[in-house]
Order: sequence, then structure tokens, then C-alpha cells
Amino acid sequence: MRAPRPTRLQGWGRQSRLGIERRGEDLERLGAVARLSRGLGRSYGDSSLPAADGEIVLNTTLADRILAFDEATGLVRAEAGLSLVDLHRITLPKLMFSPVTPGTQFVTLGGMVAADVHGKNQHTAGNFGDHVTKLRVRVADGRVIECSPDEHPDLFSATIGGMGLTGHILEVEFRLERIPSAAIVQESVRIANVDEFQEELEASAKEWPFSMGWIDAITGGASLGRGVLYRGRWATPEEVAGSPPRRRRAARLPVDFPSWVLNPASIRAFNALKYHSHVPRVQRRVVGIEEFFYPLDAIHDWHRMYGARGFTQYQCVLPRRAGKGSARRVLTLLSNLGAASFLCVIKDFGREGRGILSFPTPGITLAIDIPIRPDTPDVVRALNALVLELGGRVYLAKDSFTTADELARMDPRVEEFQRVREVWDPERRFRSAQSVRLLGDSP
Amino acid sequence: MNEKVIVFGATRGMGRALARAYAARGASLYLLGRNEAELARSAADLVARGARDCGYVRCDLEDARDFAPALDAAFSALGQVDVVAVTAGLFATQEELEKDRSLAARVLQADFTQTVLFCEEAKDRLLGQRRGALVVFSSVAGERGRKPVVLYGAAKAGLSRYLEGLDHRHRADGLLVVAVKPGFVRTSMTEGLEPPPFAGEPDEVARDVVRAVERGLPEVYSPWPWRYVMGVIRALPRAVMRRVKF
Repeated sequence: MRAPRPTRLQGWGRQSRLGIERRGEDLERLGAVARLSRGLGRSYGDSSLPAADGEIVLNTTLADRILAFDEATGLVRAEAGLSLVDLHRITLPKLMFSPVTPGTQFVTLGGMVAADVHGKNQHTAGNFGDHVTKLRVRVADGRVIECSPDEHPDLFSATIGGMGLTGHILEVEFRLERIPSAAIVQESVRIANVDEFQEELEASAKEWPFSMGWIDAITGGASLGRGVLYRGRWATPEEVAGSPPRRRRAARLPVDFPSWVLNPASIRAFNALKYHSHVPRVQRRVVGIEEFFYPLDAIHDWHRMYGARGFTQYQCVLPRRAGKGSARRVLTLLSNLGAASFLCVIKDFGREGRGILSFPTPGITLAIDIPIRPDTPDVVRALNALVLELGGRVYLAKDSFTTADELARMDPRVEEFQRVREVWDPERRFRSAQSVRLLGDSP
Repeated sequence: MNEKVIVFGATRGMGRALARAYAARGASLYLLGRNEAELARSAADLVARGARDCGYVRCDLEDARDFAPALDAAFSALGQVDVVAVTAGLFATQEELEKDRSLAARVLQADFTQTVLFCEEAKDRLLGQRRGALVVFSSVAGERGRKPVVLYGAAKAGLSRYLEGLDHRHRADGLLVVAVKPGFVRTSMTEGLEPPPFAGEPDEVARDVVRAVERGLPEVYSPWPWRYVMGVIRALPRAVMRRVKF
């Protein structure tokens, strides 16, 4: 056999680990040699990185066949390495779209299941896992199991949101949504502060299937958490004909920015410009799918803007019972900690996911990009302490710095998840750098 | 337009990419390959990706008895055939081949003798129609005797010469023979090997091949820089080739 040299495998936030990435069309066969699957590497932290330096990780991206596609019902079954962008290229001309999409199209179906991703319509459509009808998984003892809400429901609900720790996801079956056009009627509203945001999101939820907000996380005081709320719905063919959306070309960020480029002053200037230039306060227009759902995909490799040290995205959810001022408390703490965030996103969640470890719960979520500095672990410690107090939890697909102890206290569901792993993988064959950090797996 | 295309080796790698390129153009496809379950999965994929229809039949490159019946099945399903593409082949590194004589025998046999025999069968049928393209994946490995590809390169060199001769002999009869010479392409075949500069993706190669067939070109280097890379390598004196590692 060829013995490839280990290379640096990265999460999207650019933390890395030495590992060997094996690619191939036959995931079932290759699954025998790897303890973890990895798709397009868009999870931010260490969930797609090997548990120990030099271990093999199975890259799924060559397993990208569509095995069945029923244009009448939208039911599609595909191999786990198929990317959402490739799927949409095929289904959009037929006006079919994923019922749930994360903020990037460069994700695989397997990754979408493993992280149980959510999107701008979480409050109406739930998570991706809510639309999955069947999964085919290669489990630790080598068996290939079809699971669904009826067959092996324990494996099914542990695999959705299970961060790849229940087995290799080989195939995913789910239902696409029929859409009236490939465009969105978008309304954007300038919002004065975070409390207004929380209210406006809740108010929008009733009429708008899609919503999210961009927050200026650096300006404090009365304007803390000001920003722009984006809400949308599918456009009718008539609306598209009336004002066709502009086409957009993707650019590429070819080099790492030096780490000083994103500093509090430059971020402040950018945020102020973005906020104040949003006039009039409420704007409405027809936009394309890329612009509405995937604004960051317009710049390939945008994570290089954080330089070689990378960044972490701190995403937490604060349950409704935490009350109105909860998001303000998190942003206040963030600003007291002096952790300048370039990108901060706010969104309301409407329901729990169906995976044991699915992240969302009804409430408000904040996703905060934080450039890595020596004190970043302390920043996360402090944020986690507050989130714990508010009864919230963090999103594993983004997380790099939470501790096992914090997770156990945030999320009692971990015990149930571990019980299912005990059944299907008592030796803990499946593990990742993240499961070593958070679930006590041996490296 | 409705092109009719037969692909031998469409379940993986560059063959998969080529079949998808034709599927996206709405072609009728027919797949030949070793594993029926895999063929069925690829056929479904190609229909989802736009192929008008897609049949398949089992055909093993290492067993010449499969060739005639498989091609008969494909031709009778499609009617007039525009393209017969052969991407099937075996690959192993020089080190693997030196260590395992029987593997060396299989690779030499499959990549030269068996491929040529398949082409002979396909050629007869295309000549019978007085039109059509025979597109065969050879390799830049056959361009020059080189240290890392002594055995594999020898088989591909023989195949490239055969394809060149076939082109000369039958161009006037309406047969287009296209020798595809991919450079290093990132597929499962080359998985675990250190990619050199100008390494390409299967989709790029597929695009180049479709274009070459349209333009009637007998030879395609893909990705394109490999044409010039190999031009230089062919021009190097033996004394230099003996010293360099590639």
C-alpha cells in the first residue's frame, strides 16, 4: 500500500491537526480503515479532525452520486459526499430546493446530517435532520445499517447531530421542497439595538419563513447589538419577472491576511459603514438564492481573512425562559471581555431538533466570530459560564474551546447520546479531536 | 442533439466525470463495467444529472469474452452511437508493480492487450456505421520512459501508438480516434500519491475531452499545461532523464 504522509487537516476556523485524509468512491470499503468521516471541512472547530495526530480520516467527497430523485415528490437519496451546491445545480432548474440550508452551499449531505444544520427558516422548518427520511450508516462492527424513525430509531436520532461519532454516514435520503421561483423577496430593516432585534425577530417569525440578523458586536451602550435584520420569502414568478435578481460571480481570497488587518478599529469602521449606509431603514427587493442564503460563499476561502491563527465561532442558543434581555447580556459580556468580533449573527429558533444532540431549542441564537488570540480560551470560559447560567448551550459544529465539564453541565442529553454509542460502538472506534476534548474518548 | 455515448469505466474517476459531462448535455448513455450494482447506482446518478436515459451491462476489461456481447447490447440499445469512450484501466505504482509480478502481468495485460482488443471490437462497429468517435484514455506516462512509471508507462506507450495508427488508418473511413493523455489527475486511482504541479480535477479532463470530440482532435492533453510539460520531457536528452527523478 501507498503510505501517504500526514498533512495538516483544518477545520474552517483553521485550527489543525496532523492526519491522513483518504478519498475514494467506496465509503463502505474505506470505512474499515478510518475512525471518522469528513466532508468539505466546513465545521469550524475540531469535529472533523482526527482524535490523535496521524490518524486516518475518510474524506467522503468522491462519494457523490444521486441514487434516486423523484421529481414528483422531491424525495432524493444520495451518497453522503454529495455537496449541496452540486445537488442544487441539478434540482434548481426543476424548482426544487433543500428544505433547510446552512449559510454555505459548500457542505456535504453527510456533514449536514452529522451537524444537524439549521438555516434562516429554523423557526418554521426546523433542522435538516427533520427532513431526513432514512440514513445508511456503516457502524463500528462493520455492519451497514439502514435507519429511520422506524428502523433502529436510536441510531437514527444519535446520528442526526451526532458529529460523525456513531459511524460512517454512507447515504442520506430526504425530501426537497418545491419552490415557486429561484429567488427571494428580501426585506432588510435597520435595527437600533439587540433588544429591538429580539422583538423584531419574534414578530417577523409569523409572516416570514426566513429571517436572520447581522449585528455590530463592537458598538456598545444604548446601540449595543444594532444591526440589520434580513427577512425573506420565496418570490412568485411574477415578482421575479418584474425585477430579476442580479447575477453574482464568486471571488477568491488568494492569500492569508496578516493578523492585524482585522483589528478593533477596522472592524468598528466596517460595522459603522454597514449600519449607517442602510438607508432607508426598511428596504425591499428581489434577490437571488446565492445572495440571500450564501453571502459568504461569494468569497471562496473567506476564512483566510483571519490570518494563519484563524478564528473560532462562538454560537450559543439562549432558551426563551432566559427572557428578553438574555442576548444583551451575552453581547455586554463580549464587549467587556474586549473580544472584537467581525461577524456576529442573531437568529430565533422555533423548535428542538430530532437528533439527541441537535443544537437548536426555542429561543435566540448568537453566532460570534472571534479571531484567535492567546486569551480566546478564557473568553469562551466566561461566555460559557453565562450561557450555563441562562440555561443555554453551544453548537458543536462550531465549537473549539468548550470543556467536557462545561458540556456535561450545559447538555444533560450527552448521557443519552453516550448510552446509544455504548450500544453501537462500545469500544469507541468512532472518535474525533472534538470527542476526545468533550466526551472523554481516549486519543 | 441527443448524443449517444457508451462509457466503459464510468463508475469512478475520470470515466464518471466524462459520463456526467455527457449527461449534463442530455445524452443517451450506456455504461459498461465490472460490477453490476455499481453500474446501477451510476446509471441512476446520470439520469438525475440530465441523461435522457442510461442502460448498462456487465463487462470486465480483464475478460475479452465480455467485449463483443457487451458492445452488441450497447449498440442495439442506442442505435447509432456517437462516442465509445474507454476509461477503464488498472493502475499501480512502479514500486507496487516491482514487488508483485502477477499484479504487473495484470496491469500490462489490461492496459495494453485487453484495451486494444476492446477497441478492435468497438472500431468494427463504429466503422460499420461509417461514423463515430472512439475515445480512449491513455496517459502522459506513455510519452517517455521514466523512472516512476516504467511498467505502467510501457503499457500506455503501446496503447498510444496503437491509437495513433488507428487514427491514420481509419480517419478517411469516418472514424475519429481520440487518444486522451491525462496528466496527474486527483482521483481515487492516484489517491495517496503526492500531487505534482498542474495536478488536475476529473471534471476538467471531461470538459477537455468533450471539446476534443466536437472539434475532431486526435489527441488531448489534459489539464492543458501537460502538453507543454510533456513536450519538454520528450526533448530532454537521455543523459538528463537518467539523472532526474520524474
